[in-house]
Amino acid sequence: MSLLHTPPNRPNGKSVQLMTTCLCDAFYADVAQATVEVLEFLGCDIELPDAQTCCGQPAFNGGDWANSRKVVRHTAKVFAGDKPIIVPSGSCAAMLFHGAPLEFEKEADLPVIQDLANRTWELLDFIVNGLGITDWPGTFPAKMTVHRSCHLRGSNSGAAITTLLESIEGLDLEPIEEVEQCCGFGGTFSVSFPNISKTMGELKIENLTASKPDVVAAADMGCMMHFGGMMDKQGNTTKRMHIAQVLRDSLKNAGKL
Amino acid sequence: MKSFQKVDNAAFNLSDEVHEANFVGAKMKSERRYATLARDYPDADKLRETAGNIKQHTLEHLDQYLEQAEASFKRNGAQVHFAVDDAALNATVLRIMNETGSQTMVKSKSMLTEEVHMLDYLEKNGKTVVETDLGEFILQIDGDHPSHIVTPIVHKNRRGIAKSFEREGLGDYNDDPEVITRRARKFLRQKYIDAEVGLTGANFVSAESGRMVLVTNEGNSRFCMAANKIHIAVIGIEKLVPTDRDLGLFINLIGRSGTGQQLTVYNQFIGGPKKEGGQPHGPEQMHVIFVDNRRTEVLASECREILRCIRCGACLNVCPIYRQAGGHAYRSVYPGPVGAVLSPLLAGNRFPELADLPKASSLCGACNEVCPVNIPIPDLLLRLRDKAKREGAKNAMKGTPKLGMWATLCSQPAMWKTALSMGHTMNYIPTEMVPHPSAKSWQTTRKLPKFQGGEFRKWFKNRK
Repeated sequence: MSLLHTPPNRPNGKSVQLMTTCLCDAFYADVAQATVEVLEFLGCDIELPDAQTCCGQPAFNGGDWANSRKVVRHTAKVFAGDKPIIVPSGSCAAMLFHGAPLEFEKEADLPVIQDLANRTWELLDFIVNGLGITDWPGTFPAKMTVHRSCHLRGSNSGAAITTLLESIEGLDLEPIEEVEQCCGFGGTFSVSFPNISKTMGELKIENLTASKPDVVAAADMGCMMHFGGMMDKQGNTTKRMHIAQVLRDSLKNAGKL
Repeated sequence: MKSFQKVDNAAFNLSDEVHEANFVGAKMKSERRYATLARDYPDADKLRETAGNIKQHTLEHLDQYLEQAEASFKRNGAQVHFAVDDAALNATVLRIMNETGSQTMVKSKSMLTEEVHMLDYLEKNGKTVVETDLGEFILQIDGDHPSHIVTPIVHKNRRGIAKSFEREGLGDYNDDPEVITRRARKFLRQKYIDAEVGLTGANFVSAESGRMVLVTNEGNSRFCMAANKIHIAVIGIEKLVPTDRDLGLFINLIGRSGTGQQLTVYNQFIGGPKKEGGQPHGPEQMHVIFVDNRRTEVLASECREILRCIRCGACLNVCPIYRQAGGHAYRSVYPGPVGAVLSPLLAGNRFPELADLPKASSLCGACNEVCPVNIPIPDLLLRLRDKAKREGAKNAMKGTPKLGMWATLCSQPAMWKTALSMGHTMNYIPTEMVPHPSAKSWQTTRKLPKFQGGEFRKWFKNRK
């Protein structure tokens, strides 16, 4: 056990709430769409709470917990009920199940926040450990490297990603050097320390693309916005995909969607 | 005002040599750590958790264990002193030297003595002190400070060291590491013989038996007790473990975590001064000084887990920010992730001066993952960020965007959706030109993605 303590006994029914995340809401519509298509392929009934905004992570990481709690309280209200909450991003999920209880330790409404935490799943963790899927019936003929986002550290998601990807027909998963190293995003960190962050990103891109993969994949759009934005600036055209997109496209390739 | 913000640029003002020494040194040790732990322990996390629990338990019952340790040391024939702060520690050491008519001290590596600037203090009071750890010895002749907890001169290279040795009259320029080591050894051997006092720290202390453990790779701490009559051990109160049985686990973890060695070369168990029927060799007097120096304040804070630290340096080695910035960037005795938590806390009412350090992390959690006592360092960094904000520490606010407006936006779904629909204008604004310094520096090396606000929601609503 390490950084993230995934709550035990989370609800795992097929009637779920989807947290789009603000990044997918604003920038990455297709990632959210792929998430929906994958979950519906698995027979899930998806509720998309209309009043959702952001998980509160920027202010939490920035040290402004008072403002972060304001956003988390809103999120708890929007995602009330007893359904599992599915998040297609390791760091936003970790914000809800780990960060939020931390910043509410001394608050009277901690039980409400703990309940929110206890229902939150990162998407891949949910598919493998919530729904029990370990064999993905898709085809994806490509060489791929995967960035292990830091917010998967210590959670079940890392192993879940490997399980699913390894079971996809035709997919050649290449290991990368220094898999434990951060891409340098860190939210407000990349704004406060743009140069240190940049060097970290360059190293990550080097390691991710050393084996000349067809696709670089990850399960967190924060990381992907950062190192993807750098790859765009560098003119590096290696394709980048969220794991949800890989799962969805592999189903399409196999004629199952 | 000094802040880590400046390091973001200054890191690149380090000479290439220093930058590479920091980077390669840290990376290499980290790789060795992974290899050694994985080879011997398929489930190394279990060891880390157990060790963390033992330390946490000890801290939570520290009053009891300190009393027990004091009694054990006395039973073994040692004299026990307590020092509440830096001044008290330095004064106690000086008093022992004066009372025993001692003029010269050889000392092995101790971060605690760095913390209280003991070398300067004793030298100002007319004493001669020689550092005997090779790295610390080089720092002493250079008037430099450690940049790493375990490998204090990771920022130096052999060419610079060879020049220093030449300057100090230790021989003509020669940058062969073996020659350098032999020269230091020859110089230090005589010092061991001349000194009246040997001073050491302690890596672990068993409260049950009053047995203290010192681990070194150079054997210098043994020499610090070979010829002299007086041994002084300065021990932070967080170094205790309950029983001798616990020592095996910690000795196992400290070598593997710190340097990737299965076992540190010298593991010295000290059970008191030379005594008939007891310790057969060594100094005739043993003085143990337990030091608080704000540790009880840390214990009372919401970051008490940091006191579990066994100073192995694994978190420094794996940290991507430490690798780039180097240890001196942290402006304090303890650098890297552990330092970013511990240094501001140990600063007491000077906390605001170091409140920027907890910000110097991407919260990637690699430090937590490698920590042999499982300290949740990212959580503690976050707690200190919150503390800095609440206390209005200016140093910590630099470079961090203000998030009040954002929080309001995120709590008002109608405003949020308006923003999503209006955000498309972003695609037509050359955002690189936005005169905000953070936005500008971010975008010199990164492209922002295309704005697609609301598109997913529209798709989801209209598809059925």
